[in-house]
Amino acid sequence: MIKVYNGDFKKDDIEMRKVYSTVLSRLMEKDNRIVALEADLMSSMTMDAVQKEKPDKVINCGIMEANMIGVAGGMSIAGKYPFVHTFTAFASRRCFDQLFMSAAYQKNNIKVIASDAGVTAVHNGGTHMSFEDMGIMRGLANTVVMEMTDGVMFENVLEQIALKDGFYWIRTMRKNAATVYEKGSIFEIGKGNVLKDGNDITLIANGIMVCQALEAAKKLEKEGKSVAVIDMFTLNPIDKELIIKYADKTGKIITCENHSIHNGLGSAVAEVMAEKGNARLKRIGIKERYGQVGTLDFLMEEYELTSEHIYSAALELLK
Amino acid sequence: MKKLAREIRINTLKSLNHLGFGHYGGSLSVVEVLAVLYGGVMNINPENPCWEKRDYFVLSKGHAGPALYSTLALKGFFPLEEIYTLNQNGTNLPSHPDRLKTKGIDVTTGSLGQGISIATGIAMALHLDKKPNRVFSIIGDGEMNEGQCWEAFQFIAHHNLNNMTIFLDYNKQQLDGALEEIINPFSFEEKMKAFGFDTVTIKGDDIKGIYDAVKSPRTENEKPLFIILDTIKGQGVEYIEKMKNSHHMRLNDDLKKEMEKEVEKLERGRE
Repeated sequence: MIKVYNGDFKKDDIEMRKVYSTVLSRLMEKDNRIVALEADLMSSMTMDAVQKEKPDKVINCGIMEANMIGVAGGMSIAGKYPFVHTFTAFASRRCFDQLFMSAAYQKNNIKVIASDAGVTAVHNGGTHMSFEDMGIMRGLANTVVMEMTDGVMFENVLEQIALKDGFYWIRTMRKNAATVYEKGSIFEIGKGNVLKDGNDITLIANGIMVCQALEAAKKLEKEGKSVAVIDMFTLNPIDKELIIKYADKTGKIITCENHSIHNGLGSAVAEVMAEKGNARLKRIGIKERYGQVGTLDFLMEEYELTSEHIYSAALELLK
Repeated sequence: MKKLAREIRINTLKSLNHLGFGHYGGSLSVVEVLAVLYGGVMNINPENPCWEKRDYFVLSKGHAGPALYSTLALKGFFPLEEIYTLNQNGTNLPSHPDRLKTKGIDVTTGSLGQGISIATGIAMALHLDKKPNRVFSIIGDGEMNEGQCWEAFQFIAHHNLNNMTIFLDYNKQQLDGALEEIINPFSFEEKMKAFGFDTVTIKGDDIKGIYDAVKSPRTENEKPLFIILDTIKGQGVEYIEKMKNSHHMRLNDDLKKEMEKEVEKLERGRE
């Protein structure tokens, strides 16, 4: 059961990376089978302190992401439940065959934590920005592909999946997310969260775009529009029923993602609607571009990812 | 072990001949080492392939699958007749080993360079849990083109994972020709020493030599062991040994007859 935070916009008081290291450390104390692998980004993810306490549970593989995925596969075969972390760009582009072969295809239990998602890589710039990963990962059969919205969700999801079998791709930012959920919320993987119900138009978002969608909804409501907002944090398997329901109910959908509009959330929703459902669609996301350096505010403006962009797209669709 | 090697060779040839095509050369060059591992060194339990105390084996050069299937069948993991289902539609014995399909296969391989990393992960988990199980892996000399192998070697040496033993099938040929012509490896022995391994070279058909090198687990102070097996592609089958390229063969009627003759020759050796 989720509880939505209804106050004014604020940042979580805990960074996403801190959520990861804290929760993982706690889980490792409970179960000896949980291990974490890093590829020389341990300090970037605040896992260095955990390694000091638990040197036999946190292994720094060095700058060898492909080998790290293989090692995780082997550890899974020998009974461990490995988490592996690196930046989204390296985890996806660099390791796809390893994720296919050493993980998903042979059903090894691997949780990939892909951090610095999309434009949140900020000053690492275009080389470190992945706008493709969710599209790549949702092409793998029988895997779970998710994007974390805030710290409350991240904590609960990590707790839920730690000892689950299978392949999980978890995309996240590293710093403080905007607060969307109240503490104690429990998330159902594979289901979309209806954050706000409405009749005129539906905004389907994930990751950092959820709070932008909520902001846009507020503005539209001031003008008398009735807006539904859905957090589609699980991209695969996607919640088809919910998409169809809101396509039928509102007839207009806008998808909002910090990712290319190709193959990510926008495409996944379009696929569902094309087969069943009757609505018009607009996609907010990265359009045929690569990343660049900049502050998050600048990048969100530059790549047309702000609540203003969602608001304008909605007005156009509501015409 | 010598007898087992002969039977592995005969059955590998028979299963490939039955199919009419496949990875002859690289399957035959690992026959002796498989016979040593499965016939004299590894703790295995064909009744219970996932036995907790088993030693693990990873065929990183996955295309030698047919030789491994014959070995597993001869050791009783599944009936020997099943080797004739190799690569047939819906088979449990695909070209490259699949741990979800075949009893006794610990790791799915076939995308080169990855098996060695997975073997490394198994060894690491065993090492962390202070378990005595050993991990063996065979890697191809062509496979050493893959950068990922060298990543794994660094990791193994750094953590001194001497519960694992790596065999390099140095048959000097890869799919498109001679190693030296495609990517010259220079000295594997020097490289592996520099990478932090105890490295020895043994004739690929020297069963006693291979056995002596690996029969005992390494002591705590020893480095992980890297054995360069000086092999011939098509090893032990005269006709294939002489061929220029035996990586993947497709049998025409003449070749089929030659292969049948080779099987007969090997079978006469039983007497």
